[in-house]
Amino acid sequence: MDDILLKIQDLRIEGRQGKTWFTIVDGINLELRKGEVLGLIGESGAGKSTLGLAAMGYSRDGTRIAGGSINFDGTDLLSLTEAGRRDLRGRRIAYVAQSAAACFNPAHRLIDQFTEAPVQIHGLEDKATSEKHARELYDQMHLPDPDGIGLRYSHQVSGGQLQRAMTAMAMSCKPDLIIFDEPTTALDVTTQIEVLTAIREVVRKFNTAAIYITHDLAVVAQMADRIKVLLQGQEVEEAPTEEMLAAPKEDYTKSLWAVRSFRSEPKPKPGQDDVPVVRVENVTAEYRPGEPVVKDLSFDIHHGRTVAVVGESGSGKSTAAKVMTGLLPPVEGRLLLDGNELPPSLANRTKDHLREVQMIYQMADTALNPKQTIRRIIGRPIQFYLGLQGKQLEERIRDLLDAIELEPDTYIDRLPSELSGGQKQRIGIARALAAEPRCIICDEVTSALDQLVAEGILRLLKRLQDKRGLSYMFITHDLATVQAIADDVVVMQKGRVVEQGPKEDMFQPPHHPYTDTLLRSVPQMEPDWLTRTLQKREEA
Amino acid sequence: MHPLLKMILQRIALGLFTLFAISLVVFLAVELLPGDLAEQILGQSATPETVAAFRAELGLNMPAHVRYLDWLVGIVQGDFGRSLANNREIAELISVRLGNTLFLACYAAAIAVPLSISLGLLAALLRGGIFDRVINIVTLSSVSFPEYFVAYILLLFLSVRMSMFPSIADFGSEASLLEMMYRTFLPALTLVLVVTAHMMRMTRTAIVNLLAQPYIEMARLKGASPARIIVRHALPNALAPIINVVALNLAYLITGVVIVEVVFVYPGLGQLMVDSVASRDIPVVQATCLVFAGVYILLNLVADILSIATNPRLLHGR
Repeated sequence: MDDILLKIQDLRIEGRQGKTWFTIVDGINLELRKGEVLGLIGESGAGKSTLGLAAMGYSRDGTRIAGGSINFDGTDLLSLTEAGRRDLRGRRIAYVAQSAAACFNPAHRLIDQFTEAPVQIHGLEDKATSEKHARELYDQMHLPDPDGIGLRYSHQVSGGQLQRAMTAMAMSCKPDLIIFDEPTTALDVTTQIEVLTAIREVVRKFNTAAIYITHDLAVVAQMADRIKVLLQGQEVEEAPTEEMLAAPKEDYTKSLWAVRSFRSEPKPKPGQDDVPVVRVENVTAEYRPGEPVVKDLSFDIHHGRTVAVVGESGSGKSTAAKVMTGLLPPVEGRLLLDGNELPPSLANRTKDHLREVQMIYQMADTALNPKQTIRRIIGRPIQFYLGLQGKQLEERIRDLLDAIELEPDTYIDRLPSELSGGQKQRIGIARALAAEPRCIICDEVTSALDQLVAEGILRLLKRLQDKRGLSYMFITHDLATVQAIADDVVVMQKGRVVEQGPKEDMFQPPHHPYTDTLLRSVPQMEPDWLTRTLQKREEA
Repeated sequence: MHPLLKMILQRIALGLFTLFAISLVVFLAVELLPGDLAEQILGQSATPETVAAFRAELGLNMPAHVRYLDWLVGIVQGDFGRSLANNREIAELISVRLGNTLFLACYAAAIAVPLSISLGLLAALLRGGIFDRVINIVTLSSVSFPEYFVAYILLLFLSVRMSMFPSIADFGSEASLLEMMYRTFLPALTLVLVVTAHMMRMTRTAIVNLLAQPYIEMARLKGASPARIIVRHALPNALAPIINVVALNLAYLITGVVIVEVVFVYPGLGQLMVDSVASRDIPVVQATCLVFAGVYILLNLVADILSIATNPRLLHGR
């Protein structure tokens, strides 16, 4: 057909590890017509981003295009010189990355970065024309103050707005193709919906073709005409969006679809007289005097139950965790552990107090010391809290590795860098378990992980809870995770609790308006979900 | 008040306080020197009467804190006292010498700063290539040799063997600028060789460290050329460390040139300090120490302010 814009054939991309090359993308074929949106789906490491960048004739340092052909609008990108490829980049093929905050140069104003490609790099138009174009696009992307926002620097603009400004920047030369690489993954659900809307409108209006890369099926269902599923650099299957959602053919695709079905069994509610393991009572906390980040916060964590604390970034969820661990003593209110008052500050707590409340962090990468072996990472809290030595210590470490389903002989002497993301998070869990706590604070522990891996972690946490009678405080912004694991839900907004109760009640109407917004912003696996949600909004 | 202005005022206050602390240290260090100043200057043959008279004239009979305050008050008014060696006004003595030292420092800096930053940028652009490796080896070797060694090697070849430049850098008071530059070329070249490596390597490292940033990849994906990426996208974000290392080296050019000045018999402040130590001209030593400290603090202050001013996060609040 004539209107084929991009045709990739039998593409192979290799990455280097030391001196050997291994395959990242293996024999991918891809076709994209003008104005068409193709969704690329897969877990991290599936080669989605590498493939997306290859569509621009670009390979990152340490990777190389080892075979195949990439044909863009009649031009073979691989036979072009580097200068020839540079001439296409930004002008005819543009890129929108995951983290807008990191992708804008902090030293220049947004509008100067917008005009850079059309004016300085490709010499398409003069600065004034390009700036006018920028303001129009900012307006079309529904950015507040479209005339003034370009004069700001990236640190002065919020994440969702930056993401839209980056999409506008990608449109600056009116390209034929835009690669969107997880553009909304780092955003809250309520912000995500606005960015998705803006992207979809602009792409349709200018009839721009797009490759939309994501690991979130529900998102891609809103954006793409066709979906291609990748696994370890190979294609699993490809089909039009509706067909793919309705009837995935391959087992792997089906497993991706099924992830969201994990639900914990409802538990009997705690009795009136049960003393909660942890009680947070009217807590107010602040970093700067007079600016409370958490206001009048109260909730209970009962034995063997999971309390999910939900809210957008900046709602005070993590601050609440800091108060519980004693890192941030509250200015008002108190904490009770088994009915006894807990000293507000870390410095005044006994070793036993500390042992009882442990924490698992979002980024296992940074939470584990890269220079220590797994044996030391898990062994240290056992020594510190329980005083075990020698053989007993070794046995306990092995028991814990068994508990987190990692083979002790294989893993005990490894360094964190030799583990995958999910395995690292399991080590984080083992380290928390090592202290034999009653309550574990899980701060966004699955949000940096792929869905299948995240589900594995959730199931593990659930099993450990059933076996050991643990209580969890589970901080998350992802309502699917809440559905999966929570017994009780606390919804926070701007430092206050807007609604709380058992999960069974929380997911049934009537809701607090904010809870309602949150629930409605979670993308559903139906292709017209975004359209319907927007319609409802307009009616409201 | 604008936060930047506030920060600048804070830094200036801190600088003044540091200078005050240094004046105390300098004074106390001199106090701790063993022996009686008057006796040592007048020599062993002096009669007790002459020593006593001399002590009275110098004010050595006064308690230390009174002398310190006198000294400090004098300095604040621009009066550093008189030299013991020739009884001239120290302020006058120093100003001529400081002028010479500043001339040499500016001369060296005018060559070294642009040279090292452009070499650093080039090395970053051509990183991993032949140019990068050669320039690294050359600058590293030049900085590895002690400066007097570099100075004598230059003297041996460019002055003694090839007679291209004079070996003594004293230019008298009536030399033209060109004449001055010609006569001081060897000491300036020595200094350039010593400071270039540090600045060049820091520039290269600061730039290369940034090249893994997502906004650099973004610039590549917008079609920017490698040179544009280095100059437009990496350099503005690398300014703070570069400014700091430049300031550190400029301070060295003024305060660290003692040895180079001595080798080339250059009439600068360092030379004056060495002579004064030899002749036990304590007031001059104190004054030169304080001037060196002041220059050092001033340059670091300017570097601090500039690196704050080049950071849009601080310059433009949220």
